Amino acid sequence: MSKIDLSVNIGPLKLRNPILLASGTVGYGNEISEFTDLNKLGGIVTKSLSLKPRKGNPPQRIVETPAGMLNAIGLANVGVEAFLKEKIPFLKKFDVPLICNIAASTVEEYVECTKILTQEETIKAFEINVSCPNVKEGGLQFGNDVLKVREITEKVKEVTDRPVIIKLSPNVSYISEFAKAVKEGGGDAVSAINTLVGTSFNINTRKPKIHNVNGGLSGPAIKPIALAKVLEISRKVDIPIIGIGGIMNWKDVIEFMIVGASAIQLGTINFIDPSAAGKILNELEEFCIKQKINKISDLTSSYKL
Amino acid sequence: MFIIKAPVEKSIELDHDIYLLKIFCPEISHIIKPGQFLNIRVSESMYPLLRRPFSVCDVEGDHFYLMFNIFGEGTRILSRKHKGDLIDILGPLGNGFNLDDDFDTAIIVAGGLGAAPFPFFSRSLDNKKKIYTFIGGRTHSDIIKYGIKNIKVSTDDGSEGFKGTIVQLLEKEFSSIEGKKLKIFGCGPNPMLSALKTFCVKNNVECEVSAECAMACGFGICQGCPIESTVHPETYYLVCKDGPIFNIKDIVI
Repeated sequence: MSKIDLSVNIGPLKLRNPILLASGTVGYGNEISEFTDLNKLGGIVTKSLSLKPRKGNPPQRIVETPAGMLNAIGLANVGVEAFLKEKIPFLKKFDVPLICNIAASTVEEYVECTKILTQEETIKAFEINVSCPNVKEGGLQFGNDVLKVREITEKVKEVTDRPVIIKLSPNVSYISEFAKAVKEGGGDAVSAINTLVGTSFNINTRKPKIHNVNGGLSGPAIKPIALAKVLEISRKVDIPIIGIGGIMNWKDVIEFMIVGASAIQLGTINFIDPSAAGKILNELEEFCIKQKINKISDLTSSYKL
Repeated sequence: MFIIKAPVEKSIELDHDIYLLKIFCPEISHIIKPGQFLNIRVSESMYPLLRRPFSVCDVEGDHFYLMFNIFGEGTRILSRKHKGDLIDILGPLGNGFNLDDDFDTAIIVAGGLGAAPFPFFSRSLDNKKKIYTFIGGRTHSDIIKYGIKNIKVSTDDGSEGFKGTIVQLLEKEFSSIEGKKLKIFGCGPNPMLSALKTFCVKNNVECEVSAECAMACGFGICQGCPIESTVHPETYYLVCKDGPIFNIKDIVI
């Protein structure tokens, strides 16, 4: 039994610790469960689900960049129906809060997906993806429109009793405006940040390295930006924040919590070390013991400016 | 499939910029199959950040060999590893070649560094089965003959062997290949695999190929390595998980 209280609250959602695995970096849990004991995690967030299955973008979908990577997967997923039928039975075996990420091209589709998935009690919360940079319709188109973000939050909240988290785009001037819209729309929390729009070209062929031309930049390269965005929200809006962006180790987790995150998500690191979550969790606990921090949630917004 | 740090036993420069790394790792050496791959983290720094996929070139007892050319920063770092340096390995990954099918003659068709998995392949094949090997490249220095015997060579510029592509050479030699049940095993760049597919369809020969695609994780979570499927056109195969070995008829190349 741990002496340190690692539990955190994301609005009404109580988690045993602040470590979640980010959408799009754990599939539907089965592959990563070979490396990480899911039962120890704060939660896992599924790959974005859409109403109908999506094939995703043609190759090349990924390219490495300095201290980061660009991806344009294009929301490839099995769709909500197959998710409930084929993926949920595996996830039910674990005692880990399951958060479903939802992507859509219209407000109605977000609502419909949430309505269908709400019937499944294993799902403890929803993360609404209004910020995918890699699809033609929906995604970022919504994430750039404050009124749409508010409308989506309101309408999704109407059809579910589960907490609703909105995953925000960093590709905006003031992310706090969007966090404010989520709060006004009745949203329970925000995740910040999704990937940054980027590209990379082959200097010989003069063609983009990614088929989609643009991709979403993730990895340690974006960590300073993510920290600044979390801090901005934390200073301006009273809403729980899940910090995301290039977290590679326990020190990064602490840093995100200090600037305002109540919990964090591990993303790109899962591709490099799929056993990272367990290690980070142990190291976090050691840090708390050394620093005499009894409740890890005391770190949230403990910044000194 | 697991993550392990294993020591380098020996680093050998085979030819200019082509390296062979002998690694002591019983855990992987005892279970890996020809055609499977390993995803290797070459350093703990932030750049290069991602792991790099490598096929296993050969296995000898507790050791396995990696063959690679210096292509970028990752392989440059790997080429500088010395005896005792630890290599961070994730694997074995992917499905591997089907060696137990009903065939009596294996025809290896490889382009450039596509020859890398075939020493292990040849060693693992039932010795009642005959092997013919075709290796092609742009020029003489692209031809890697390590660990493979009785090779027929082609080069685009004619600097060694047949002048032309490796599939053109296969076409020319095909009628002289003895064997009742033939199966082709291919590995190489996409234009070669594409020509090989045309050849196999025309001659109605069974063929398995090792596909290649940029990837991050190597085991299905990043969804970064799609390849078009002829069996399920509504979805992509993932090279890392559904492959990297595919029946050539099942993929669009």
